[in-house]
Amino acid sequence: METTVAHLKRGQKGIIKEFTENLLPIKLLELGCLPGNVIELVQVAPLNDPIYINVNGSHIAIRREMALHIALDIIEDNMVI
Amino acid sequence: MSKQINVALIGNPNTGKTSVFNQLTGLNQKVGNYPGITVEKKEGICKLPRGVKAHILDLPGTYSLNTTSLDESVAVELLLNKNDKDHPDVAIVVSDVENLKRNLLLFTQIKDLKIPAILVINMADRMSRKGITIDIELLEKKLNSKIALVSTRKETGINKLRELIADYKNLPKTQNVDISVIAPEYFEKLATTFPKEDVYKLWLVITQDVNFMPLEKTLFKDASSFATKSKSELKRLQQKETILRYQFINGILKETYKVDLNAAKGFRATLDKVLTHKIFGYLIFFLILLTIFQAIYGWSEYPMDLIDGFFASATEWVKDTLPPGVFTNLIAEGILAGIGGIVIFIPQIAFLFLFIALLEETGYMSRVVFLMDRIMRPFGLSGKSVVPLISGTACAIPAVMATRTIENWKERLITILVTPFTTCSARLPVYLIIIALVIPEGSFLGLSYKALTLMSLYLMGFGAAILSAVILNKILKIKSKSFFVVEMPNYKLPLLKNVGYTVLEKTKSFVFGAGKIILAISIILWFLGSNGFSDEFKNAETIVTKRVEQEGFSASSEIYFDTHQDGLDINDPNASDQQKELEERALAQEIAGYKLEHSYMGYMGKAIEPIVRPLGYDWKIGIAVITSFAAREVFVGTLATIYSVGNDEEETIKNRMAAEVNPRTQKPLFNLASGVSLLLFYAFAMQCMSTLAVVKRETNSWKWPAGQLVFMSLFAYIVALIAYQLLK
Ligand SMILES: Nc1nc2c(ncn2[C@@H]2O[C@H](COP(=O)(O)OP(=O)(O)O)[C@@H](O)[C@H]2O)c(=O)[nH]1
Ligand SMILES: [Mg+2]
Repeated sequence: METTVAHLKRGQKGIIKEFTENLLPIKLLELGCLPGNVIELVQVAPLNDPIYINVNGSHIAIRREMALHIALDIIEDNMVI
Repeated sequence: MSKQINVALIGNPNTGKTSVFNQLTGLNQKVGNYPGITVEKKEGICKLPRGVKAHILDLPGTYSLNTTSLDESVAVELLLNKNDKDHPDVAIVVSDVENLKRNLLLFTQIKDLKIPAILVINMADRMSRKGITIDIELLEKKLNSKIALVSTRKETGINKLRELIADYKNLPKTQNVDISVIAPEYFEKLATTFPKEDVYKLWLVITQDVNFMPLEKTLFKDASSFATKSKSELKRLQQKETILRYQFINGILKETYKVDLNAAKGFRATLDKVLTHKIFGYLIFFLILLTIFQAIYGWSEYPMDLIDGFFASATEWVKDTLPPGVFTNLIAEGILAGIGGIVIFIPQIAFLFLFIALLEETGYMSRVVFLMDRIMRPFGLSGKSVVPLISGTACAIPAVMATRTIENWKERLITILVTPFTTCSARLPVYLIIIALVIPEGSFLGLSYKALTLMSLYLMGFGAAILSAVILNKILKIKSKSFFVVEMPNYKLPLLKNVGYTVLEKTKSFVFGAGKIILAISIILWFLGSNGFSDEFKNAETIVTKRVEQEGFSASSEIYFDTHQDGLDINDPNASDQQKELEERALAQEIAGYKLEHSYMGYMGKAIEPIVRPLGYDWKIGIAVITSFAAREVFVGTLATIYSVGNDEEETIKNRMAAEVNPRTQKPLFNLASGVSLLLFYAFAMQCMSTLAVVKRETNSWKWPAGQLVFMSLFAYIVALIAYQLLK
């Protein structure tokens, strides 16, 4: 299975590879969620959904269902948070 | 009139458009709606150098010209439609210094429409702390535009902005990005088919996701044939366009915008950790809600009592000063009472919006959405619906107004429609007196039956709200954006000026918007209650006086005397004076009761008796149900008048109600069955004209309040009917 934003742990970062769903809202792209950009998982809401990410300087909350469509490569640098 | 130039403020949400707007216009502003829709329209006048005057429009926030909601399409429509009277001569794109990259996306789009544009880089005060440096001159050159570096907080750069606006004729009108490279053939064809039109403008018209309003449809009717490409194909092109724009922007910013990454950034992270924490997050939110609740429920009481007192003495004064007659009564009991009924809500509205403005200004509101989204989602409500629903427990009026913060129209509408189910404080007087009358003594698990009843009524209110939300979510077919992308803005200290403007503006919009309707209905209700066509009504004084002389006082007055004679000392030399005064008052009360019985309102009450009889009510309760449409608490006062007892003497009213016998059954009129039926009726019925007026204002149509009125009343009727028939 492909790694997506939904698989990030808190504080973990990744580089966006592609969108596995063509109809992802354009708004996400406009906020800077573009292939090649770094994305960081900042917080997870108490019921595990939605999640709160930082991408390209934009801090946004999205739902898990949408996060599942953003594929990425995790940056493994053992960030300590 | 001197020539005015049209200026539109446009930009991402939370970049400070409204703050810039407030700086430019001061108190020269007004807020209304765009015709036919519920998007807020903020406009104002600004005086510029060299005697120029500008009409300023604060547009709803948008991330780009690709619209996904009604709010955004308002902005785009205005930019595209040259015939609109507000079509801007110059667009001010407000961006914030920290998110400049993202903000420039919108800026390049507006430039590409060839609308003269000024870039405002706001929040300049944050630059040093964030380690940001910008080469403004170079950036101006690269964007081929003018830039004002502004801080509305420190009030710097505003004059420069004024200069730039006044000088708008010299703004370059060149494009930034040539988007035709994303699909050369397609755009080529477009250009040859519509040689007179701008290609980018055509592209926008073709790709609009949402067309709530007829864009320049007449002009572009044929352009829609160019949507030949499939929807997903167009979407892919839009994605390409976005990427292309970002390439352009990244190229420019590389040379002009520097951030020192070592600058402080811990504040946000720390606060987020606490405020969105699994436990503390909810705890803090709960405490905030509690404070809000306390403010509108508790603190508002003092100013409300003052207002009440003021209008009571004003009414008295009018009656004493003006010559008695219909006109005086109209002023005293119709108009003054109506205005009092509007002004009384101001403290609650002001308090609620003080808090909401603070929550919005600080950036906390987005965290509320983040915390509550998962919980509210199944009900078709927004995370932001929590605040209105909870405030509804104090009063539905400010609560309905508070739904303005919900961006998604469907979620907002559902919240508006279900909020009046929550138990507002006006229901309490009705609940308390009926519970005291019909619910037996005794307790269960240490809680008295009376307390349990009250609690169930609150829970039922919430239950009804949630349940109807679920149903409405299923049946309302409203096109609105279905995805959830919420920006989490930086935490900021609130700008008190902005908070003040919000409170002022909300209060004004209630008083002058919904107030008209409330005043009109109060005057109608007053007229119905104090006029009649029958001889009984016209000769009420003589008839009642004669009856009292011949048959003595009625049973009601006897109860009235009983309650009052306790305090009377027979040996007191003034006793007979006091007795006389009591009798005079009793006579006046009997006349008032007799008049109400024979007024139009009285006949209406009798007319609806067949309808309310199955619920266990008689015509007197029927009248009270009608009059309490003004506000639920009027129920008690009306019964007091009908039963000819003093208006503010709770004990007497209660004793009198307890003594009332249903002529049909010869049992007490207020028994467990009819009492529970009344409680349920008041729990669910839309018995509040002010709420209807506010819903009308907030939804911009009579359709929704009318639906609410019919549905809630019907539902209340059925529930009350079932309860009475089961219990009797
Ligand atoms: N530090 C700082 N904050 C600002 C400035 N201008 C606005 N803000 C804050 O930014 C937030 C959003 O402002 P607002 O005018 O409501 O933005 P709008 O959504 O674009 O209308 C508020 O919390 C303001 O207090 C500024 O110049 N400096
Ligand atoms: Mg604003």
